[in-house]
Amino acid sequence: MTAMQSGLQSCDTCGLLSRPAPGESEGRCPRCDKELVFRKPASLQRTLAYLIAAAVCYVPANFLPVMTTITAKGRESDTILQGVVLLWSPAGWPLSLIVLFASIMIPSAKILALLYLLLTVRQGSIENNRQRVRLYRIIELIGRWSMVDVFVDTFTVALIQLQPLMSVEPAPGLFFFAAVVVLTMLAVESFDPRLIWDSASSQAIQKKVQYV
Amino acid sequence: MHNRPMADASLVACPHCDLLQRLPEIEPGSSARCPRCDKELWRRREDSLNRTLALSLAALVLFGIANTVPMLGLTIVGHAASTTVIGGARQLWQEGQEIVAVLVLFAAVVSPALQIGLMLTIVVGARRERPSAWVGVLLRHLPFARNWSMIEVMLLGVLVALTKIADYAKVIPGVALFALFALVVLLAAMQSGFDPREVWDRVGWADAHARRPAPGRPLAEVTS
Repeated sequence: MTAMQSGLQSCDTCGLLSRPAPGESEGRCPRCDKELVFRKPASLQRTLAYLIAAAVCYVPANFLPVMTTITAKGRESDTILQGVVLLWSPAGWPLSLIVLFASIMIPSAKILALLYLLLTVRQGSIENNRQRVRLYRIIELIGRWSMVDVFVDTFTVALIQLQPLMSVEPAPGLFFFAAVVVLTMLAVESFDPRLIWDSASSQAIQKKVQYV
Repeated sequence: MHNRPMADASLVACPHCDLLQRLPEIEPGSSARCPRCDKELWRRREDSLNRTLALSLAALVLFGIANTVPMLGLTIVGHAASTTVIGGARQLWQEGQEIVAVLVLFAAVVSPALQIGLMLTIVVGARRERPSAWVGVLLRHLPFARNWSMIEVMLLGVLVALTKIADYAKVIPGVALFALFALVVLLAAMQSGFDPREVWDRVGWADAHARRPAPGRPLAEVTS
């Protein structure tokens, strides 16, 4: 039995379970005053909107340069992937792998994983619920690490200002990359993991089966 | 309109699958998980308020150091340069990347400051005899500050930048870099030693007229 099926609302900030006052459908938490909802409003639509925006920014984020190095010899611009390649050296390869993972694999994996969750929820899937909610928790946990490249570029730019010898400027790709990170984090936040379980919950009621 | 609380305070719903269940009475240091989706519902901490107070005070001091002294310096054929965390954001702003500069400042300075400041105020407020409702108001906003506070991510970014620059110039790690290392460890300890449920059990309610469940959780069995 879920809280929603019992007409109860659980507060997502303080965890208190409460029942809407007679005649009301949704109210405020009596303990922490938060407005309560049974499920995050328009969760699937909002998650999808953020995902589409993130996917659009993903293209310039990876194909536009994020940094320009200016030396006496001229200007040279690097994309994120070129930055990973530059970092590859006998001593630096572990860091290079971390950046590759955090900047290229995590954002794309996040977009794909959320799309998969959206699709299965829309289809009313009742399979792999535990795996799907675990997938959600993993992307929630590792998503922030994509920001690493934004910080790399920030501090490279801040430190290498040795005009006329050598200087580094941020390039337009950096904005799109930061946008992908923020938009995917917002997408994860708008997704309500309880939706994964709702079809299974209603079927369990019909068949009168126990969950565990 | 405020909702009505349940008579039985041990009744909860899992935040990840909405399963109704009873939270068992557990020992400090152990945790209760949802039987259906395995979400950790509660991890009870020993002496949570005092420890969190000590750790957040230490974090406040380190945060102050980390943002006032230079973090990285370099020398290259007679030139010298150094930067702080805020200096990094300022440079981006001057180079025309205002939005990214604000994001960096938000994730590396503003959110960590909020996280530490909120935590300190919450714990000080919650240690009083009868904590007022404003402690709850602050506690509501703690997850947001924590989610966007990215000191550990920034530190990794600084390490990568260091490695990159070390090819061209001699890099000098500043005092702030070591302060940030310690801050990452402290913030992790501060967050994991904090038990929000303990604070929620103590704070004054927004709906002062609500019929609150009797203090002390009734003995309950684990539902399955």
